[in-house]
Amino acid sequence: MIEANAVYVLVLRELIKFFRAKSRLITTLARPLIWLFLIGGGMSRLVSPGIGVDYMQFIFPGILGMTILFSSIFSAISIIWDKEFGLMKGILVAPVSRFSIVIGKALSGTIVSALQAVIILLLFPFLGIKLSLMSFLYVIVICLLLSFAISTLGIVIATFYESFESFSVIMNFIVMPMFFLSGAMYPVNKLPVILKVISQINPLTYGVDALKHAMLKGSDLIDFSVATDIAVLVFCSVVFTVTAGIIFERKK
Amino acid sequence: MSIIKVENLSKQFGAVKAINNVSIEVEEGTIFGFLGPNGAGKSTTINILCTLLSPTSGKATIAGYDCIRDSSMVRKAIGIVFQDPTLDKELTAYENMMLHAYLYNVKRSEIKDRIHDALRFVDLYERKDDVVKKFSGGMKRRLEVARGLIHRPRILFLDEPTLGLDPQSRANLWDFITELPAKHKVTVFMTTHYMDEAEVCDRISIIDNGSIIATGTPDELKKTVGGDVIYIKTSDNDKAKTEIQELFDIDVSEKNDELFLTTLRGDSCIPEIIKTIGEKVLSVRLQRPTLNDVFIKMTGKQIRDEEVSSTYTMKEDIRAYRRRFDRG
Ligand SMILES: Nc1ncnc2c1ncn2[C@@H]1O[C@H](COP(=O)(O)OP(=O)(O)OP(=O)(O)O)[C@@H](O)[C@H]1O
Ligand SMILES: [Mg+2]
Repeated sequence: MIEANAVYVLVLRELIKFFRAKSRLITTLARPLIWLFLIGGGMSRLVSPGIGVDYMQFIFPGILGMTILFSSIFSAISIIWDKEFGLMKGILVAPVSRFSIVIGKALSGTIVSALQAVIILLLFPFLGIKLSLMSFLYVIVICLLLSFAISTLGIVIATFYESFESFSVIMNFIVMPMFFLSGAMYPVNKLPVILKVISQINPLTYGVDALKHAMLKGSDLIDFSVATDIAVLVFCSVVFTVTAGIIFERKK
Repeated sequence: MSIIKVENLSKQFGAVKAINNVSIEVEEGTIFGFLGPNGAGKSTTINILCTLLSPTSGKATIAGYDCIRDSSMVRKAIGIVFQDPTLDKELTAYENMMLHAYLYNVKRSEIKDRIHDALRFVDLYERKDDVVKKFSGGMKRRLEVARGLIHRPRILFLDEPTLGLDPQSRANLWDFITELPAKHKVTVFMTTHYMDEAEVCDRISIIDNGSIIATGTPDELKKTVGGDVIYIKTSDNDKAKTEIQELFDIDVSEKNDELFLTTLRGDSCIPEIIKTIGEKVLSVRLQRPTLNDVFIKMTGKQIRDEEVSSTYTMKEDIRAYRRRFDRG
């Protein structure tokens, strides 16, 4: 059972905190901008001829994916903070189902990171990308879906850790590899088999791929169909939500 | 009617037996005190009662609901202030209260009024829009108590509610807590390190090493350590000593130039003593057994955390080591 009031207030709490901590918004937006302009700008001279599209345009979907990845994971990982500071205990003794808590947390992460992705998305005209209104809305839907999938994944990861010393472990061994093996910065279909397999079990790959459909129309750098992308993201969301709910339900 | 009923509850963490066959009954509308030294198993018991932990064996019911099987009914019936703070420091006092009001499904139309009332009750209304980060320890504690009451629970658990508060805030908080049963029809289940605070309890259980070693009202427990002690200073101790011994037919001893005797009814003895030894009396004082004495007698240690010394920790270590060793 899912309690609407509980979900509502968990999302509200995250939004209040998000808009209160303005520095967080600036730092999370700075990362994708740095990657886009410093790395993308620098690399474009080097690689553009090889891949057939402008490199900045090529990585733009990946930069959106990155914004979502970091922001969703960060938001989900705040569960570890909540545990460390005891806040989670206060929430867990309330008469709400564990699924409501997971959904509430996941939706908080989803809204906050999709919001940031949309802010970055507004740069598209400056990169020479053309989006129809339909494509623009499609991108927003994909951003929401991807944010939800990554947020729930983040919650599953967070349930395994009790203190935030694990933060850098998660960042270095889960988030960074996920980012690089998602097709965000370079096409993954040319990678060695092992890395290619990893990239194919990486949910971010499908999110980035779905975004490429809107931004790199007809390019041979797209690996899957829109239907596959969406199906995988929905599937991951469901699996991660259920897993997180079950882990939360289990008592020590 | 017992609103909290705990039967033979045990909880094992790996090799550590945190609580062992604990049984407790708490009457509705009373204040129950759960006392014990560090690591005795108080918080573990509370965590099981408030459905955060499942016991290894035994049974616990709250308001008739089983703490393991009917956890959501139990959660609705209780409010809790944990030993460690659980406020969101980035949110204001009002927002913290609101978070809980929604989590406990308080009717939306009532939320605002209830929060305002509760904040007035703990004297934080003026600070309701300040982020909790800016609060002092005592203010945070009061806010947590107010938050624990927002959904009008039938039982309020308080795990060391006054830990880290100055004497004045402690006194204020206790005034507030003792009013709860009458004003809000709440049963209070609390733990504390400060023995004098436990005086306000209707009943007390003392737990040590995971097992309950004594239960009773504060007076009953105090009787178990013997009677009151009367200390008398006189101008002629030897003479006074024989006179008092003849009067009551009990032993009188002398220490530091002061006579002292133990009796069950100290207050009524004093007038008689003064009548008998008359103008020789320089000063008289009466010392009644405190819960602290009870505690020391029962557990063999002082509970005050500020007096925890390195020998204390060493004793603990040795005991923990022995326990492990005994188990093999
Ligand atoms: N999560 C846990 N894992 C392992 N051992 C635990 C855990 N929680 C408590 N213990 C152990 O159980 C015992 C009882 O701990 P508990 O926290 O209940 O004590 P307490 O009476 O509340 O002490 P204090 O007065 O210090 O708060 C201790 O030996 C403690 O080390
Ligand atoms: Mg404790």
